[in-house]
Amino acid sequence: MYEPIKGLKELPMEEPLSPGHRLCPGCGASIVVRQVLLAAPNDVVVANATGCLEVSTALYPYSAWNRPWIHSAFENAAAVASGIESGFKALARKGEGREHPIIVFGGDGGTYDIGLQALSGAIERGHRFLYVCYDNEAYMNTGIQRSGGTPRYAWTTTTQVGSARLGKVEIKKDLVAIVVAHHVPYAATASASNWKDLMNKVRKALAKDGPTFIHVLAPCTRGWRFDAAKTIRMSKLAVETRFFPLYEVDDGVYRITVPVTYPKPVEEYLKAQGRYSHLLKPEASAELERLKKEVESNYRRLEKLSQFTAQLGTS
Amino acid sequence: MSWKELEEGAVVVGGTSAKYDTKGWRVTRPVIDEAKCTNCLLCWIYCPEPAIVRHEGAKVTVDYEHCKGCGVCESECPVRAVTMVREP
Amino acid sequence: MTEVQKVRPVAMVGDEAVAEAIRQCDVDVVAAYPITPQTIIVERLAELVANGEFSGEFVPVESEHSAMSACLGASATGARVFTATSSQGLALMHEMLYNVAGMRLPIVMAVANRALSAPLVLNADHGDMMGSRDSGWIQVYAENVEEIYDRTIQLFRLSEDPRVMLPSTINFEGFILSHDVERVRPLSDEAVKGFVGRPKFKRKLDPSDPATFGAIATPENYYEFKMQQMEAMETALTVFKDVEAAFEAISGRRYGAVSAYNTDTADYVAVVNGCTSGTMRAAARLLDKEGGRFGLLAVKLYRPFPALEIISHLKGAKAVVVMDRSVSPGAPSGPLAEDVKSALKGARLDIPVISVVYGIGGRDFSVADGRRVFAMAEHAASIGPEPVMYGVKA
Repeated sequence: MYEPIKGLKELPMEEPLSPGHRLCPGCGASIVVRQVLLAAPNDVVVANATGCLEVSTALYPYSAWNRPWIHSAFENAAAVASGIESGFKALARKGEGREHPIIVFGGDGGTYDIGLQALSGAIERGHRFLYVCYDNEAYMNTGIQRSGGTPRYAWTTTTQVGSARLGKVEIKKDLVAIVVAHHVPYAATASASNWKDLMNKVRKALAKDGPTFIHVLAPCTRGWRFDAAKTIRMSKLAVETRFFPLYEVDDGVYRITVPVTYPKPVEEYLKAQGRYSHLLKPEASAELERLKKEVESNYRRLEKLSQFTAQLGTS
Repeated sequence: MSWKELEEGAVVVGGTSAKYDTKGWRVTRPVIDEAKCTNCLLCWIYCPEPAIVRHEGAKVTVDYEHCKGCGVCESECPVRAVTMVREP
Repeated sequence: MTEVQKVRPVAMVGDEAVAEAIRQCDVDVVAAYPITPQTIIVERLAELVANGEFSGEFVPVESEHSAMSACLGASATGARVFTATSSQGLALMHEMLYNVAGMRLPIVMAVANRALSAPLVLNADHGDMMGSRDSGWIQVYAENVEEIYDRTIQLFRLSEDPRVMLPSTINFEGFILSHDVERVRPLSDEAVKGFVGRPKFKRKLDPSDPATFGAIATPENYYEFKMQQMEAMETALTVFKDVEAAFEAISGRRYGAVSAYNTDTADYVAVVNGCTSGTMRAAARLLDKEGGRFGLLAVKLYRPFPALEIISHLKGAKAVVVMDRSVSPGAPSGPLAEDVKSALKGARLDIPVISVVYGIGGRDFSVADGRRVFAMAEHAASIGPEPVMYGVKA
């Protein structure tokens, strides 16, 4: 069981992340991390994959982390977390310490692509940790290169827009579906704009005795090309246009936690970002239509899954 | 610093980034109109740094040592109590 | 001073000896991935787990890179950690080896040395460990199964020493030692447990004192962190002696950083690491009976390289033949030969050194081969500096 959050004032005053880190002004990732850690118990231990978050928060001799934190490589955050969990377990059994909740932060780079094996292995072994993928939809830290999480048609430095190509040709992998295929006790999507939904999902996940996963959208002012002040607006638009639906899969039961009954047009989300500017031109109308259909059918799929799995009930 | 003085394995104490000021990053700074502010804490929960400071029994203030002037607080304040003002 | 244990010998293969040492060493976490010829280690550990005889956590990871990553995470909590691998597995975890050493985590690893692909071969050579010799790990080579058992126990104490805090490997030839039945005199559980004690690390992941592991450095300080590692490696040479002394007190057994046969009087000395030390010692003895003056220097501690000790054993030789069980394409000689040559040159000793490469990909090396290699030393003047590829089918 978990303690749901009702209001911001009940959250602790003590900051889990210190300012003075080098993340960009308006960075979506740090907002996500703050919210996740504020929702979590204060004895949480953090494992972090290489990426924007890691590099900017732990530049020797400075560290922004007021929690025990470890980073080693790009593709292994989930494997490192498996080790931490095992270490605590073994030591606790020998009376030399106790177990602590573990949260893993990996970007879309360190999760969708290079880190997928470690994530899959760690989940299959059933280690108890919450993996949070902060998704800024490209390898932002190395200069905005495409990842498996980059949506179709988005501009990145390795999916450029020109006469022969309109940004990324391939799909955005369905990361939650991949995780759910491992039969995890809990997986969800979240957005920093909907802080209560995000925080309650964090608490729900941490209460489960096993591997859990939250996929959070982390808009990137630099890579997506929008003014830094608009980060939360961007997160909100992604949800309100059904581009990034907020749902959870609790023991196999799907539920859209923030239903969007009257979605805003997808164009509103696209036109707010420079990385999609080519899609709003008349010559890209076919691609735009395709994108809109994909957004719509994805939302319908989630609605149907919610209805279907509700009948199955929780295991 | 000599190699003998550095932390073994580069393992550092957490939270030390607060000693590094990022105020030089900003072009505009948020100014909170205390009269309008309802202390809803939305600017605090949406601040990436955090550079919004909560106080027991008082409204939030801005940590101008670290605020990078992103403007998310102004954008999200539901009562328009925050205004981004050009740095002098 | 604890009493030297009187124990009955048992028959074990190399891999089993490792598993037995792990069972006794109060290890907290083992994260390992199976690869021939190390598999018996993990299988034996799984049996121990199933029978409740292993007090730690056994993590069946999904690759060697994840094995070393999980070990890194576990070690950072202050736990005693072990893993094992060979060949491709060692190559796959290569980047993590540097990470672990750089973070000063005292992980112990057994490597059943096996040649690297391509082409794929299952059999022994030292190419796998030589490929990672600059990773910052302490590297020890065993000559026989009992030494594998002894070294595994010693390495926990060596690595975890606060003056060292470096990871270490025990290397032994795949199949030749890993699967070879030999006599081992294991120590009692109490003796081993007393010898290794419990790990007490200064820094760990602990909510009561949050630390940051794995911060990024800059050109202003990276060099200094590496200097710390270099210094710790240097210190390990001394701590190694302390550990061996303490181990001798409970077992009556001591090996040394090097083991010398006849080097004080020999004209021709062979330098070799691993199981072929035994073969070469046998060849030297036979040749000596026939009136020759041959000596053998077995290098057991390879990193840190015990240069001074090695030089002290070679300074009286007319010629030295250094044997390498790995190929180093494009290099002026094999890796061990390079190290020996630099050490001699550093001491201003102008002794002819021949580099001989042997036993590649598990190619057998007999005592007769050993005699032929010693014979080369007698003709050192006529043999060039490039490595002699001994035994290759011309």
